[in-house]
Amino acid sequence: MFENIRLSFKGIFSHKVRSFLTMLGIIIGIAAIIAIVSTIKGTNEQIKSNLIGSGNNNVNVAVYQGEWQMDFQYQSPPEGMPVISDDVKKELENIKDAETVSLYRQRTYCESIYHMNTSLEGGSVYGIDENYFSAAGYRIKSGKGFGERDFKGTQKTVIIDNKAAESLFPGEEPVGEIIDIMGEPFKVVGVAVQSSKFEPVINTYEDYQLYNQDTSSGKIFIPTNAWPVIFRYDEPQNCIIVAADTDSMTAVGKAAEEILNGTISVQDESIKYKSENQLERAESLQKLSDSTNTLVICIAGISLLVGGIGVMNIMLVSVTERTREIGLKKALGARKKVILGQFLTEAAVLTSIGGLIGIVLGIVLSQLISKFADVPVAISSVSILVSVIFSMIVGIVFGLIPSVKAANLNPIDALRYE
Amino acid sequence: MVLELREIYKDYMQGKDAVPVLRNINLSVEEGEYLAVMGPSGSGKSTLMNIIGCLDRQTSGMFIFDDTDISTCKDKELSEIRNRKIGFVFQNFNLLPRQSALENVELPLLYAGVNKKERRERAAEALVKVGLEDRMNFRPTQLSGGQKQRVAIARAMVNSPRLLLADEPTGALDTKSGEQVMELFRELNDEGVTIVMITHEREIADHAKRIMFIRDGELSNLNGGDSL
Ligand SMILES: Nc1ncnc2c1ncn2[C@@H]1O[C@H](COP(=O)(O)OP(=O)(O)O)[C@@H](O)[C@H]1O
Ligand SMILES: [Mg+2]
Repeated sequence: MFENIRLSFKGIFSHKVRSFLTMLGIIIGIAAIIAIVSTIKGTNEQIKSNLIGSGNNNVNVAVYQGEWQMDFQYQSPPEGMPVISDDVKKELENIKDAETVSLYRQRTYCESIYHMNTSLEGGSVYGIDENYFSAAGYRIKSGKGFGERDFKGTQKTVIIDNKAAESLFPGEEPVGEIIDIMGEPFKVVGVAVQSSKFEPVINTYEDYQLYNQDTSSGKIFIPTNAWPVIFRYDEPQNCIIVAADTDSMTAVGKAAEEILNGTISVQDESIKYKSENQLERAESLQKLSDSTNTLVICIAGISLLVGGIGVMNIMLVSVTERTREIGLKKALGARKKVILGQFLTEAAVLTSIGGLIGIVLGIVLSQLISKFADVPVAISSVSILVSVIFSMIVGIVFGLIPSVKAANLNPIDALRYE
Repeated sequence: MVLELREIYKDYMQGKDAVPVLRNINLSVEEGEYLAVMGPSGSGKSTLMNIIGCLDRQTSGMFIFDDTDISTCKDKELSEIRNRKIGFVFQNFNLLPRQSALENVELPLLYAGVNKKERRERAAEALVKVGLEDRMNFRPTQLSGGQKQRVAIARAMVNSPRLLLADEPTGALDTKSGEQVMELFRELNDEGVTIVMITHEREIADHAKRIMFIRDGELSNLNGGDSL
């Protein structure tokens, strides 16, 4: 075996140009696959980290009617959809891998938010519990924020985010001021900002589209107990659950959906709790990029096929050229399987060298792509391993016909061959 | 007895026609014999040698080699007989061009499954025996014709076969190198090696202890008459 490999190397190096040309198809095929796979992997990792914001493992479970999240601005809560009770909340907290559960209510567009005569156009209002900020990834930038009194009593206090602060209090300190929500005065006790790691990175138009729903002009947060002061007390809540890790997000979301949907008995069956997490979105985006790249992988595969046929062709020529050698070896007592092994090894060594060159070229290529096209790449060791094995297999498969031909040569015909 | 041919016929198919090449060949070779088979070009010498060398099969008749009926042997068994019991020497040497003299001589041992160390030792020994101890790592292209043929003889003898089979061993050599090869054959025969040599040259055949003639595929003890 080692003898065969050593002789194969000898043979390959004694025909450098020919061997290189033979390998070219394999080299190009493998290089293309490595470059494509690295680019896909890099892009996927970027999408994933952008969407999930590396560390924000939260799952949002909200009330949907069909495809759309329900907003109780224009419609009243449906019959049979109760407010989430403490018992149900306990159940949610007991879901495996669920770390924090926060219940909240939301008005996406609240027309009536004023400071003096300045209005917050298109601002959203959130009625939140004590877990909301940590679950959704906010921190208080100024002011003391909500305390126990705010959550337990019915304090008319509000925290506004930095966007709302800019709109309502240009150049002023909002903390301590009064704003007017739906005609009720609320005292500003803090300004909140989303922690930067929760902030999505927007690189492409797709990212932008994905996040344009978040481009509201500002958010304001009131304690959930104050919600009935301006809105209905019986509105069902949405919930945010922080999962232990990224991979458990989907499972946690599904479990929460099940629990919450078990509490409702709405006539309109399209009204349901639905979980939505960033990972799912990331995965659907990845699927899109995967499917476009499947095509490219197919093309690379065809290139490997053509490379394999090239190997077969050269091996057939080589068998004819070496008819004498084969005949001699048979005369000296080489059995069929020895000749078969020799030629198969030669084909496999040839394509493996091609594969290795292809891998190096592919890595260089992906670095160039990442430099010039500004696409991230992540070279996967799996794809390298697969490439080596695959190119070896190409050699063995396409070397089979020539090798069998060599093994079956009649020794006298072979010796007579001039 | 090393080998025995009984009523051997060999036809080649030329299109639909069977062309007879060997006709009713009867021959037996004893242990330690040195036989030369002479005949003009195209008379069937090489065909005979291929059958004796288990490289080809007769059309009819019986060939017994070392007490084995060769017609019953499968490819695997034939390989083994060629490997262990027969040493071949060809007119055109048939050395592997990219391998050293030593590696060429090692080949039969490789196919016999001998380990590397022992291969080296035995191949070197065989080369010493043919007087090439200072050419072991030379490639065939760096050797003269006579030296190449001596490497081939070392290769043929390295497995200590029962029979040394040579087809025109001096055909591609000058007279002097040819004489050296004949010298070597005589030495081997003196040591007890059985030799069957094919040639069309009288001077070469005269080195053997027994000469047979083949003419139009028929074997006889007599010279066919015409000068060859
Ligand atoms: N494979 C073959 N097919 C057809 N005819 C062949 C074949 N091999 C040899 N012959 C014919 O058989 C005859 C004897 O050939 P060969 O044994 O090589 O003669 P020699 O070695 O005595 O010169 C020749 O006429 C040759 O053309
Ligand atoms: Mg001949």
